[in-house]
Amino acid sequence: MAKIIGGITSSHIPAVGNAIANNLQQEPYWKRFFDGYKPAQAWLEQHKPDVAIVVYNDHGLNFFLDKVPTFALGCADKYENADEGWALKPVAPFKGDAAFSWHIAEKLVEQEIDICTCQEMLVDHGFVNPIRALYGTHEVWPVTTIPLAVNTVQHPVPTALRCYKLGQALRHAVESYEEDLKVVVFGTGGMSHQLQGERAGLIDVEFDLETMDRIASDPEWLTKFSNSEIMRRAGTEGIETIMWLVMRGALQSNVKVVHKHYHAPISNTGSGVLVLENTL
Amino acid sequence: MNWTKHDYEDIPGTYVFDGKHAHGAYPLNKLLFSFCEESNRDEFDRDPAAYCDKYGVAGKYKDFVLNKDFLGMLRAGANIYYMAKMAIPRGTSVQDAGAQFQGITTKEFQAKLLAKGEGLVERLEKRGGYWNG
Repeated sequence: MAKIIGGITSSHIPAVGNAIANNLQQEPYWKRFFDGYKPAQAWLEQHKPDVAIVVYNDHGLNFFLDKVPTFALGCADKYENADEGWALKPVAPFKGDAAFSWHIAEKLVEQEIDICTCQEMLVDHGFVNPIRALYGTHEVWPVTTIPLAVNTVQHPVPTALRCYKLGQALRHAVESYEEDLKVVVFGTGGMSHQLQGERAGLIDVEFDLETMDRIASDPEWLTKFSNSEIMRRAGTEGIETIMWLVMRGALQSNVKVVHKHYHAPISNTGSGVLVLENTL
Repeated sequence: MNWTKHDYEDIPGTYVFDGKHAHGAYPLNKLLFSFCEESNRDEFDRDPAAYCDKYGVAGKYKDFVLNKDFLGMLRAGANIYYMAKMAIPRGTSVQDAGAQFQGITTKEFQAKLLAKGEGLVERLEKRGGYWNG
């Protein structure tokens, strides 16, 4: 049977991809940020998950505002990256597992999580950059991937609690699949940041650290916040952190904390890496 | 037409992208989204006004686009991620835009960001449990 072995969080900001593309990881500005990924990379190297379910938000590549699904699951054997408007060279395509995706979709809908299924899905920096930060850049990626897109762009966006419940349903969906697969869930985005308006540049280190600690030990704490409360503290784009709860919901309640890394600022954000392991 | 009020509307300096914004600025965001295609970026650069007309971007929306008034666009309902598709290839980074929103230089904006990280290593040490270099 398939099994979720753990979860990892990562920022997905475009600047991370640019830093990797330009080989800046050991420059003074980036060093501490990237060095803190090394224990996460080592964990992946040790456990070698077969499949990574990447929870992220699309920033206007695959979805336009004509149709905005709250939750959307990639159900294809291949996912391509593409130009998001910045004329960057797309990275190599990612391998999917359509049969596994459709199983997950079926089991989510059975649990009343009515997800949008996508047989074609372009993946943007939100999906690509965590994978690059955790695995490096490859022509043939070392892990099969399944994109799970959450709308954090156009309100109403789902509540933190709904994201947590999606994660709980995701665990059941994954672990009812017959094939022996080791699965890791990446919760991407965040942490506190606001790109827009006169309040741009907001970073709340205290809220970020409290969020990291609670995601690890007491994730229901964050589910009690409304989206307005989260945006007030963590900024409009900081709302992305609710996607970490999808990852967290897919893990056991008393999870093993393998690694905690926080850095701020990186570009305009606070950035958090958590490596959480299922021991049961 | 009676748009429902939200408790996020009093967050200062903040324009939450919701239905009200998305509805009013739909043509503008459609124009911005079109910049994912290189040929569209080129077509816009050849004649920005004609490109606005093609997408039905008119009135104040058109003025904001032609003047590269990013705060104006934002207040009028442009989505920040969609706006980045126009700003970044034309030399305005997200930090340049942030500085413009506040009426300060990019250097000043970056210095304010860096100040958020002051004392971080000591703070994490005190909190405990964090990787710290």
